[in-house]
Amino acid sequence: MQMIQQVSVFLENKSGRLAEVTAALAAANINIVALSIAETSDFGILRFICDQPAQAVDVLREAGFSVGETDVLAVQLPHRPGGLAEALDVIEPLNINIEYLYAFANPGQDAVVVMRVENGRNQQVGEALEQAGFGLLSPQQAYNL
Amino acid sequence: MIWDVRSECMSADEREALQVRRLQAMLGRVKAAVPCYTELLAEVDPQDIQSLSDLGKLPFTTKDDLREYYPYGMFAVPMEDVVRIHSSSGTTGKLTVVGYTPHDIQIWAETIARTLCGLGAVRGDILHNAYGYGMFTGGLGLHYGGELLGVAVLPMSGGNTKRQLTIMKEFGSNLLSCTPSYALRLAEVAEEEGIDIAALPLRAGSLGAEPWSESMRQEIESRLGIKAYNIYGLSEVMGPGVSFECEFQEGSHINEDHFIPETIDPETGEVLPDGEYGELVFTCITKECLPLVRYRTRDICSLNHQPCACGRTTTRMSQVAGRTDDMLIIRGVNVFPSQIEQVLVGFDELEPQYQIVVDREKALDELEVHVEVSPSYFADRVGELEILRDRVGNEIASVLGISLQVHLAEPQSLARSEGKAQRVVDKRDFNK
Repeated sequence: MQMIQQVSVFLENKSGRLAEVTAALAAANINIVALSIAETSDFGILRFICDQPAQAVDVLREAGFSVGETDVLAVQLPHRPGGLAEALDVIEPLNINIEYLYAFANPGQDAVVVMRVENGRNQQVGEALEQAGFGLLSPQQAYNL
Repeated sequence: MIWDVRSECMSADEREALQVRRLQAMLGRVKAAVPCYTELLAEVDPQDIQSLSDLGKLPFTTKDDLREYYPYGMFAVPMEDVVRIHSSSGTTGKLTVVGYTPHDIQIWAETIARTLCGLGAVRGDILHNAYGYGMFTGGLGLHYGGELLGVAVLPMSGGNTKRQLTIMKEFGSNLLSCTPSYALRLAEVAEEEGIDIAALPLRAGSLGAEPWSESMRQEIESRLGIKAYNIYGLSEVMGPGVSFECEFQEGSHINEDHFIPETIDPETGEVLPDGEYGELVFTCITKECLPLVRYRTRDICSLNHQPCACGRTTTRMSQVAGRTDDMLIIRGVNVFPSQIEQVLVGFDELEPQYQIVVDREKALDELEVHVEVSPSYFADRVGELEILRDRVGNEIASVLGISLQVHLAEPQSLARSEGKAQRVVDKRDFNK
């Protein structure tokens, strides 16, 4: 079972900050695969998957951002009604909360959800999903979607 | 060891009798010799002062008085009797000038000898004195006191840190006197030069001349491998040695047979009880050249009149928590930026970069603290950051006793000016 590296960046709610992140990544020729933002009135956290997570962390830290890497699961789902519901049905009996989740879909291919569950129990959830027949993306696959 | 058991361990009654006697004599002298006091004390008869509780009948002296009578107008003796002149750094305006008679120099040396005894100095020790020699009182103050006690004084003065380290290593200095920030500079340069400073014979430091925190003390103690003792003073009152820490490090013992301490509410001038933070005020009762009456130091601390386990009975002052110049009054509560800073340095997740913003919404003061998140700290969940923000807010609120808003800021995002960050932004308009 494999986990992938997600990059997280602490951002204040100020105009232009997201653009500075994407500009720094563009300058370093880093391609973003998936991205989500969690926000409060005060600040936000940008999370993304990209083709070179370690370099992305270095580039952003150099640019003065508070940034880090987290292990997350990238789960392949059938791209049809009920796809996500089936995966969540597998997780529900484990009694583990999902901290956050974001999804991306491509026409004609499987959809992918990126998720992190509470208390570092990604491993347990990943194994349960694999046993139930869901595919987990390897880092190689996820970074080059 | 206690240098002067007779003076440092007397009973409270005995001390008060001595202080009152000296105070009466001093008031008579300054009233006759110093025009400023002829005016300020016009209504005061020295004999009206029968106990320390009568101190409140006396006027305060401020730095502005010293400036008005610049340079020598506050001296109580003619220049024929003056043997030394120092001056303050003048960071907040014109220089202030202070003078000493031979007797003043002797008292000063006595107080420094007491200070060095407080940290365990004995004859045979080698004192590495890295306070600046010159118009600043630190260098010569420690120098004369060290010689009186009988330690070997190395008159290093400040600067040329590599050479300081060479001498420290080769001459076997075992006591250090300098500012706390210079102690850390010595540690830094030692590391760069590959010198294990903690392995040198250095065992204790008499550090002061700037405010420093408990966390800074711990850092100095662990990096230099010494015990770090506070020494307090200001040139207007005498110089270093007004108070000093003993081996228990629970406040600095004030040399009360020379300087009567009080703490007052900086707004009302009202004298505060033990334990309450306020502006420190000194009356110099033995000095000949510049004996000041209730001199307002602008330093904020609290006093403790309880005798100490070391045997000294002199009143102790807490570490200086800030300056009255920095004090904010928020919803009627006195707030010092240093109190907030103390809380923030306790969080590894934060940088010690912060800004305090005070505003007034509908007649109610609002306090906001903006603080930078450390680049090495990171969270990928909003909840973690909210918990961090709330922990910081609750801790500051419990120290200050008022509520506030905490805003987490990105690293390097708070405005920095030349060297010094602008810590306080007060947006309140008191003229509305």
